[in-house]
Amino acid sequence: MFLAWNEAQALEIIRRHDGREGPLLPILHDMQAMFGCVPVEAVSFIASAMNLTRAEVHGVASFYHDFREQPAGRHMLKLCRAEACQSMGGEAVAAKVLKQFGVGWGGTTADGSLTVEATYCLGLCACAPSAMLDGEPMARLDQASVDAIAQEVGR
Amino acid sequence: MRLFVPRDAAARAVGADRIAMALEAEARRLGRTVEIVRTGSRGLFWLEPMIEVETPAGRIAFGPVMPGDVPALFAADFGARHPLHLGRPEELPFLKRQTRITFARCGITDPLSLADYRAHSGGRGLERAKSLGAAKTIEEVTKSGLRGRGGAGFPTGIKWKTVADTAADRKYVVCNADEGDSGTYADRMIMEGDPFVLIEGMAIAGFAIGATKGYIYIRSEYPDAVRVMERAIVLAEAEGLLGAEAKFDLEVRVGAGAYVCGEETSLLDSLEGKRGQVRAKPPLPAHKGLFGKPTAVNNAISLATVPAILAEGGEAYAALGFGRSRGTMPIQLAGNVKHAGLFEAPFGLSLGELVDEIGGGTHSGRPVRAVQAGGPLGAYFPRALFDTPYDYEAYAARDGLIGHGGLVVFDDTVDMARQARFALEFCALESCGKCTPCRLGSVRGMETMDRIIRGERREANLALVEDLCRTLKFASLCALGGFTPYPVMSAIRHFPEDFNRPRLTAAAAE
Ligand SMILES: Cc1cc2nc3c(=O)[nH]c(=O)nc-3n(C[C@H](O)[C@H](O)[C@H](O)COP(=O)(O)O)c2cc1C
Ligand code: FES
Repeated sequence: MFLAWNEAQALEIIRRHDGREGPLLPILHDMQAMFGCVPVEAVSFIASAMNLTRAEVHGVASFYHDFREQPAGRHMLKLCRAEACQSMGGEAVAAKVLKQFGVGWGGTTADGSLTVEATYCLGLCACAPSAMLDGEPMARLDQASVDAIAQEVGR
Repeated sequence: MRLFVPRDAAARAVGADRIAMALEAEARRLGRTVEIVRTGSRGLFWLEPMIEVETPAGRIAFGPVMPGDVPALFAADFGARHPLHLGRPEELPFLKRQTRITFARCGITDPLSLADYRAHSGGRGLERAKSLGAAKTIEEVTKSGLRGRGGAGFPTGIKWKTVADTAADRKYVVCNADEGDSGTYADRMIMEGDPFVLIEGMAIAGFAIGATKGYIYIRSEYPDAVRVMERAIVLAEAEGLLGAEAKFDLEVRVGAGAYVCGEETSLLDSLEGKRGQVRAKPPLPAHKGLFGKPTAVNNAISLATVPAILAEGGEAYAALGFGRSRGTMPIQLAGNVKHAGLFEAPFGLSLGELVDEIGGGTHSGRPVRAVQAGGPLGAYFPRALFDTPYDYEAYAARDGLIGHGGLVVFDDTVDMARQARFALEFCALESCGKCTPCRLGSVRGMETMDRIIRGERREANLALVEDLCRTLKFASLCALGGFTPYPVMSAIRHFPEDFNRPRLTAAAAE
C-alpha cells in the first residue's frame, strides 16, 4: 500500500521528473501515489527542491480536487453526481451508498476501509449512473452494485 | 476463432473484462483455440458488453452479453440461433445511419496495433501532409471547414495559420482531452479505441505549425485513456513515428480534477505546473501560449479528425454538413435515453430526430421532457425546440450551444428548478476563483435558487437570479461563469411551472 512519508522516496520522485517542463503536477501525482496524499512535509520538500515558495506549492496542491493532505481510506469510491447520472437516478443510488456505509460526501468509514467522494462525470454517461472504485470503472449502478462494492471493500 | 471484446472503459464498467475471461475459460474447457482481440467500443452502449465473432461473412455481434451467456454462445457456435445474436454490426440501424469519419476505426481495430491501424488506412493523412508541405496542409484544414470540437467552434485552420505565422524558437501543440462536460465521452472513446489517430493528428498539427513538442492533457478521471495513450506513444516511438527522427515528441499529462482546466488558458497554466486559473485574453495562446510560446490548443476530436481530412481532402469533408457547420460531429447520446451511444453524423439532424428516433426516447420509457445540450454550461431544450437542427449557429440562435456534442436526456420526473440550482452549484464548485462574478455570483445564485425552491418570495428571487445571470454572462473572465446562465435561464424560461410548484418531498432542503 502507501508508504509513510520519507525524504529518500520523495527525492527519487523529484529526480524522476528532472528535465521535464512544468513538472509540478506530475510530481504531486507521484507523491500522492506513493504516500497516499500530499502531506505538509511534501509541500516544504518540493518547495525547497524546486526553488519555489511553500505558498506556491501549497497553492497548487490545494487548487486541485484530486490532491489531499490526509490519506483516504483503503478503498476509494468516486460516485458521479453530474447531470447524465442524475437523469438516471444517480442521486438515489448515491444516497443508498452513503447510508449503507454510514458516511457523508468526502467521508471515510470508521474502520478506514472506504472513502466516498463526489465526482463530476467519468465519461461513462451512456451507462449511467456510474462510479469508480479504486480506479476501476463501474456503471449502471443499482442495489447489486452497492452490494458488490461492500464485498470488495470487505464490509 | 477470432473474437472481439471491447476494452473501452464504459464497456469494462458493465463487465467486458469478465466476458473476456469467461470466453477464455469456456474455450479452454472445450479445448478450442480462440484469439480474443480487445478493441475500442463501437459506441452502442446499451448493447455493451457487445462482442463480435469473425466469420467469412464479416463480423457478427452479440450483446449485451453477461458471463452466464458464454457457454450457450459456444454451444450455439456463435450462430444466429442464439438470442443475443445481433447480426452484422454495420447493419444495425444505429450504426448504419452514421457517417463515421473520425470514428472510422473505433471498435473495429486493436487500438494498440500499428499494423492494424495501417491496414485500416491509418497514416495516410500524415503522409499526404508531408507531401503537400506545411502551408498547403493548413489550407487543406481550412478548406475542410473544421471547427473546434471542444465547444467554441473556432475554425481550426485559422488557428493553425496564426500559430504558423508567429515567429518563435519553440512552438507547441496541446491536445485538450480534459473532457469535463457531463454527457460527453468522445475524447475518451477515441483515446481508448484509436489512439494512433490522435497521435497522427497531433503530428500533422506539429508539422503544419512548426512545433516539435506536443502535450496531451488528459483528465485524471480517465485512467484507461491515460494508459492506452501512453502505451501508444511508446509504440509510435519504436517505429519512428514520434521522436528524434520524426522531429516531434509527445507527452501525456494528467489533470487533477478541476473542470476549469478544460478552458484552454487554465489548461496551459496547469501544464506549466500552476493553479489552473484562467488567463485574460489577449494574448491568444496562438501568440503566447504554453511557457509564453505560440501554441495550438485543440480538442482531441478536432485533432483526431485531421488525418481523415488530409487523407481524403478538405473538400470531401466540407461537402458534408449544414450551414457553417461542416463535416461530421460525433454526437454523444447520454443519460436517460434508450439507445445511449456515440452517433457520428453530418451536422443538420434535428434534436427530435436525434433523441426520439435515433435515441429511441427515454430509457425509463417515460416521456422525454428536457435535453441538456453541450454539457453543464449548455441549455436545457424542451420538446417545443426539437426542430432545432444540429448546427453551431442554430443552437446559439436558441440561446444554447452544441459544445462538445453531448446530449443528456431527462424524462418527466426531472425537476428543472433542481437542475438550475445544480448548474449554479457546479459553477461555484469549479470556479477557478479569479473573477468575482463566477466565484461569488454562483454562490449567491445557488442560495437564491434554494429560496425559490422553498417557495420564498418567488417573483423577487427569480428576478434576482435573472439579474445575477446577466452579471455572470457579461462580467465573467471565461465561459464557466459566462455560460452558466444558459442552463439556468433555459430552465426558467422553458419550464416555468417547475419554479412555482409545491414540493412533496423535502428534497429541496438537503
Ligand atoms: C470552463 C470551460 C471548460 C472547457 N472544457 C473543455 C474541455 O474539456 N475540452 C475541450 O476541448 N475544450 C474545453 N473548453 C474549450 C477550450 O477553452 C478551447 O476552446 C478548446 O480546447 C479549443 O480547441 P478546439 O478549437 O479544437 O475546440 C472549455 C472551455 C471552458 C470555458
Ligand atoms: S455524468 Fe456521470 S459519468 Fe458522465
